[in-house]
Amino acid sequence: MDIHEYQAKELLSKFGVPVPRGGLAYSPEQAAYRATELGGSVWAVKAQIHSGARGKAGGVKICKTDVEIEKAAEDMLGRRLVTTQTGPAGKLVSRIYIEEGTEIDKEFYLSFVMDRASERIVVVASAAGGMDIEEISHNQPDTIIRCIVDPAVGMQAFQAREVTFGLGVEPDLVSKFERTILGCYRAFRDLDATMVEINPLVITKQKNVVCLDAKMSFDENALFRRPHVAELRDKSQEDPRETYANDRGLSYVGLDGDIGCIVNGAGLAMATLDMIKLAGGEPANFLDIGGGASPERVTKSFRAVLKDKNVKAILVNVFAGINRCDWVAKGVVDAIKELEIKVPVVVRLAGTNVEEGVRIINSSGLTLISADTLGEAAKKAVDAAKNHAKAAA
Amino acid sequence: MAIFINENTPILIQGFTGRIGTFHAQEMIDYGTNVIGGVTPGKGGSTHLGRPVFNTVKGAVDETGAEASIVFVPPPFAADAIMEAADAGIKYCVCITDGIPAQDMIRVKRYMRRYKKESRMILTGPNCAGTISPGKAMLGIMPGHIYLPGRVGIVGRSGTLGYEAAQQMKDLGIGVSTSVGIGGDPINGSSFKDVLEHFEKDPDTDAVMLIGEIGGPQEAQAGEYIRDHMKKPVVAYIAGLSAPKGRRMGHAGAIVSAFGESAAEKVDILKGCGVTMAPTPSEMGSTIAKVIGHKKAA
Repeated sequence: MDIHEYQAKELLSKFGVPVPRGGLAYSPEQAAYRATELGGSVWAVKAQIHSGARGKAGGVKICKTDVEIEKAAEDMLGRRLVTTQTGPAGKLVSRIYIEEGTEIDKEFYLSFVMDRASERIVVVASAAGGMDIEEISHNQPDTIIRCIVDPAVGMQAFQAREVTFGLGVEPDLVSKFERTILGCYRAFRDLDATMVEINPLVITKQKNVVCLDAKMSFDENALFRRPHVAELRDKSQEDPRETYANDRGLSYVGLDGDIGCIVNGAGLAMATLDMIKLAGGEPANFLDIGGGASPERVTKSFRAVLKDKNVKAILVNVFAGINRCDWVAKGVVDAIKELEIKVPVVVRLAGTNVEEGVRIINSSGLTLISADTLGEAAKKAVDAAKNHAKAAA
Repeated sequence: MAIFINENTPILIQGFTGRIGTFHAQEMIDYGTNVIGGVTPGKGGSTHLGRPVFNTVKGAVDETGAEASIVFVPPPFAADAIMEAADAGIKYCVCITDGIPAQDMIRVKRYMRRYKKESRMILTGPNCAGTISPGKAMLGIMPGHIYLPGRVGIVGRSGTLGYEAAQQMKDLGIGVSTSVGIGGDPINGSSFKDVLEHFEKDPDTDAVMLIGEIGGPQEAQAGEYIRDHMKKPVVAYIAGLSAPKGRRMGHAGAIVSAFGESAAEKVDILKGCGVTMAPTPSEMGSTIAKVIGHKKAA
């Protein structure tokens, strides 16, 4: 789960991490008022969306008067901002953050990630902050500082100092860096984050250390014990199809094709998408109904898939282990009757109670297309979608 | 022989008396698995499914000599259950639970390092379908009847895609020595390489089917191990070739993840290491048949 910059800064500051003073605004008038509250003569107006690379997309403006602030806020609010990280649909700007201006002397890059290779939290830092860090890590990997944290004892002060000296920070500022790095680490650990990124971390002309930008992502499996993090979720930043499905406990990812997919298990769901592509079709979504799927859950899955108006055929592929085919079959039949589904539905069942499942499908009196194998199911779904599109045209 | 479990392995169920634990314990017993009892804290001394219930794993091991366990404990308490098994001297543990926080798994893996490698518990999962040695024992939630006993090992992240492979192999008359699910979580107990080491040593396994997916470094590591240390042939399929590039926030993930995390990169790496790739998920069975020179019995 991602959160906004202003939320990340608020969380980090509770762990002693220095951030600039700022205020949130939902309208141009409010934005100008926030600037007055903060005082000073230069402010940054920043669009709050779940994406980096906002600067290049016009999501960050430096302003010197309240007229400029109102104009910048006017331009941003209500717009969909497209960055290199959002995809072509972009993300809606519904709130902006007004921050006091900072006079930058030096910029650094600092991040904390859950590293799958070492299976530990890893700190990544570079003296080349603000620039294209991915390019630098690719072309000059030696300039990137990495530090692995032992989970038994957590990050130690000496490790934070090693990172700091590695960045070439002047001695007077080392303790400020150390506090910042350890604060970010503690926030990561105590809040079950999966990513903390400070880009840039700056030294100001007044010799202060401050996080000019901050991004945080969290482990969704740990939200049950982090209610204060869970409530920071902003549904306006998500694909509405995904919000609908995820709110009903379904693992769903929206795609651009026209074949809706209902599958159990993430791996089989991915393999089903691969097969549809190989058969010449385009999947409309990834959907994993999970284990122990009741008939109601199957009906919910159909509702979620049909939220996408591009869907011209639906493929149900269930290999039951923890699931039972008869339950899934009952769910399919109920859903088609209840939702009056107009698009063709291809059903492939295998595994536990498959005979009973197939019997329910065949005796339902509904025009369902059944398939025995994954390959056959994908091909039938692609054909059905094409025929349905033709018939509708 | 098979790996990890056979018909004699005494097995303990952690989370025995819960709804899910009860259902699957019965399935395992019906399959012929040597389930000797279970653990549910506070219910020690009672009997469930005709077998004794214990308060602690240590108590169960002392009393019954259990060697393997399976964890059906809910996500908030699952890491604790795994560490309890490791401490009680369980040799092999499967964790089925889906949804364990990643930092809990980091702690589990760090905790297990306190035991010497030779005596350290082997953990597979979490978030997996378990392990089955067909015809001998089932330590998981899979439909047992789709596995034919035989001489091909299966190791995969995804449960249902593993079923798909087993069914395709059964349709061609190819059997399985042991099928191991390593789970879909970013931090898991055993990697592909860890399980391949066991298959390479197992005299009853002739070839291995590896089923990977996008994300993480474990398929690339497996490729190196296969190239440098394995004599047995390996067939692989990687799910997610058509997956869209993940939306992401920030650069941190891209800096840390090395080359070899996309499905296409994994396919290239494995091919380069001498692995035969199944071109589509519906050709996993036929590809392994070709590699082992198996002809369908008439």
